[in-house]
Amino acid sequence: MKNLLISAGVLVAILGLASCQDENQPNYQYMPNMYESVGYETYEQVDWLPNGSEAMTPVEHTISRGLVPYALENTPEGKEMSAMVASPLDSLMREDNLAVGKELYDIYCAICHGAKGDGKGWLVQREKILGVPSYSDAARNITPGSTYHVMYYGLNSMGSYANQLNHEERWQVAEYVMKLKEDLTK
Amino acid sequence: MIGNRFLYLKKLVSRSLLITGKNIEQPLMKKVFNRHQLTALFGFCLVISFLFSPSLRAQEEAAVAEAEQTEAAEAGGEGPCGPGDVAKGKQLFNQNCAACHALNRKMTGPALANAATRLIEEEGLDCDWIYSWIKNSPGMIASGDAYANRIYEEYNQAAMTAFPTLSDQDINDIIAYTEAPPPAPVAAATPAAGAGEEAGSGGVSNELLLGALALVFALLVMMLILVNQTLRRIAEANGVVLEREKAEKRLPIWKAFAQNQFLVLVTAILLLLSSAYFAYGWMMQVGVNQGYAPIQPIHYSHKIHAGDNKIECKYCHSSARVSKHSGIPSLNICMNCHKSIYEYKGNPEGPSAEDLANGYTNEFYTNEIKKLYKAVGWDEENQKYTGESQPVEWVRIHNLPDFAYFNHAQHVSVGNIECQTCHGPVEEMEIMYQYSPLTMGWCINCHRETNVQMEGNEYYDKIHQELAKKYGVEKVTAAQMGGLECGKCHY
Repeated sequence: MKNLLISAGVLVAILGLASCQDENQPNYQYMPNMYESVGYETYEQVDWLPNGSEAMTPVEHTISRGLVPYALENTPEGKEMSAMVASPLDSLMREDNLAVGKELYDIYCAICHGAKGDGKGWLVQREKILGVPSYSDAARNITPGSTYHVMYYGLNSMGSYANQLNHEERWQVAEYVMKLKEDLTK
Repeated sequence: MIGNRFLYLKKLVSRSLLITGKNIEQPLMKKVFNRHQLTALFGFCLVISFLFSPSLRAQEEAAVAEAEQTEAAEAGGEGPCGPGDVAKGKQLFNQNCAACHALNRKMTGPALANAATRLIEEEGLDCDWIYSWIKNSPGMIASGDAYANRIYEEYNQAAMTAFPTLSDQDINDIIAYTEAPPPAPVAAATPAAGAGEEAGSGGVSNELLLGALALVFALLVMMLILVNQTLRRIAEANGVVLEREKAEKRLPIWKAFAQNQFLVLVTAILLLLSSAYFAYGWMMQVGVNQGYAPIQPIHYSHKIHAGDNKIECKYCHSSARVSKHSGIPSLNICMNCHKSIYEYKGNPEGPSAEDLANGYTNEFYTNEIKKLYKAVGWDEENQKYTGESQPVEWVRIHNLPDFAYFNHAQHVSVGNIECQTCHGPVEEMEIMYQYSPLTMGWCINCHRETNVQMEGNEYYDKIHQELAKKYGVEKVTAAQMGGLECGKCHY
C-alpha cells in the first residue's frame, strides 16, 4: 500500500511537471544573445516610430527602387483614359507572360473571379462575396489598360492589388485576363 | 503476491464449494452476477437515451420552416413597375448589383430594399427614370438630372456601372426581389435555434455520459470490495487462516538489497544512464518551439480562410513569392474581402458542435471582424476609412535565431515547395501553431532527401549534368548541390 502511494505521488509529480509546458509561451532559449541580434527585425515594435510600428509606407515624394510610376489618376476620367493604354510587355514573350499571369491570377483573382473569369469563384459560389461580373460582360468592355487600372486602384468593393503585384506582374495578369475574356466570348 | 492471493481465494471458493455443497455458495455467486448485470443494463440504457437527443426534432422543424420560406420566396412578386419573378430577380441582383448594393445596408451604393417605392413615392420619380438610370447612369449624370447628380455626389462620386444589357423585364424582376418583404429574420432565427439546441444537448450528454461511466466504475469498485469482504468472512467462518497472516517475519527487502553490493552497483549505473538520457532529451528541446500557439490579438482562423474558403496562402502572404520574409499581411489585404464580408455566416449547416464547445459562434467571429474594422479605421456606417488606424500587435510564431539565414522566395518560388511541407496542415488550424521543430537537424534532413527540380532550367543544364555525373546519381539532392555547406545558412 505504501509503495503504491509513493509511485502514485511520483506519477502526479511527473504529470505536473509535464503540464508546466505552456503552448502559449515560447520555450527557453539557450544564450538568447545569439538568437536576437541588436539590429531591428522585420515588423519589430520600435519605440521611437509612430505607433511603435516598424512597418511603414515610404517617405512621401520618394519612390522605391525599380518602381514604375503610374501616370493616370484614380478618377472616372483616369479610368476612361486607361482603356487606351497598351501593355508594355514584349509581345514576343507572350507565352511566358501568360504562364506567369495564369499562376498569379490563380492566386490573387480566381478566388472571386473564377478560374475561367466568369465571375464564379469559390467565394462567390459560397455567397460570401456577390456581384462579381464576368469578364465577357459587354457593358464593361474591359481592355488590358483598364484591367491594369482597376488592379492598381481597385474599383468599388474590389481593393487595390498594387502592393501584392508589381508593375510587370500586373501587366502579366492583365494580359491573362484578356485571354480569359477571349475564351469566354468565343 | 497479488496473483498468489487471487489464486488462493479461488482455491478457497472451490474448496468451500466442495465442503459445504451448493447451498451457501450458489446464491452468493448469483447475487453478484445479478448486480453486475443490473448496473450494466443501467449504463446501457443511459448511453441509449443520450444517443437520441431532442436535436433530431429541432432539425426537422428547421427544415420545414426553411422549405416554407423558399416556397414563399419563389412565388411571383408585385413591384411598383409591374410584375416580376422574385427568384430570377434574386439571381440577377446577386450577379449584377450585389458587388455594390445590399438590401438593408449601405455599401458602395445605397441600400436597395424598397428603393423603387421610395424613389417613386418620396422623390417623385417614375419607373422610366429607374430604367434609364440602371441602363445608363453616367449618361443621366452628364445630362444634368437633378436627383442623379445628388446621389452621385452623396456617394463620393462612385460611378455606377451602366447595365445596357438588362431589359425592362429584368429590372422588374430585380425590383420585385428588392420590394419583397425580407424573410430573413424568421429564416435566420429557426436554424440558429435548432443548431444551438443540438450543440447544447451534445455538450450536456457528453458530460452526463462521463458521469455515468464514473458511476458505473465506482459501483464496480464497491462490488469488488464487498465480494472480497464476503469471501474473507466465509474463510474465517470455515476456519481457514489467510496465507499472508501466516507468513513469518523475514528480512525486509531493502535491507537485503543494500547487502547485495553487485545489485546496488548495477542499479546505480542504470539510474545514472536513465537520468542522463532524460537530461539529454530535456536539453535538446531548449530553444525548440514546436507546438507554440500564442494567443493573437485578433482571432484569425486559418481553418476558415485557407480551409473552408480555399484562399491561397500566397494571397495574403504575398511576399513569400519574392522575398526572404513571408510577410504578415497588412490590413488593407484583409479589407480586400472584408469590405464586403462584414459578418461571419459560416457554413450553411451552421457551426459544428466542436466549434460551439470552444465558443466559436458566428457572433464571436463577427466580433473579430469588428476588431479588424477598428484597427484599420473603417467606418461601417458610412463605408469610409476614418484615417484613425492602429497597428495590430500580432505575436510572431516562427522565429529562426538570427545566426541562421532562411529565404522564403528561394524555397517557394525556386524550389516549388508547398507551404504545408514546413508549416503543416495550416488549412485545418483554428489556432495557428508551429508545426515543425525548425531545428538544424530538421533542415538538413530535408536537404538530404529532397531532389532538386531541374527540368526546364536550360541555363544550368550543364552544371546539373556534371553534378549528377560527379555523384553518379540521376537526381541531385539539395545537399549534393551544397545544401549542407555551413556558409550557405550561417554567415
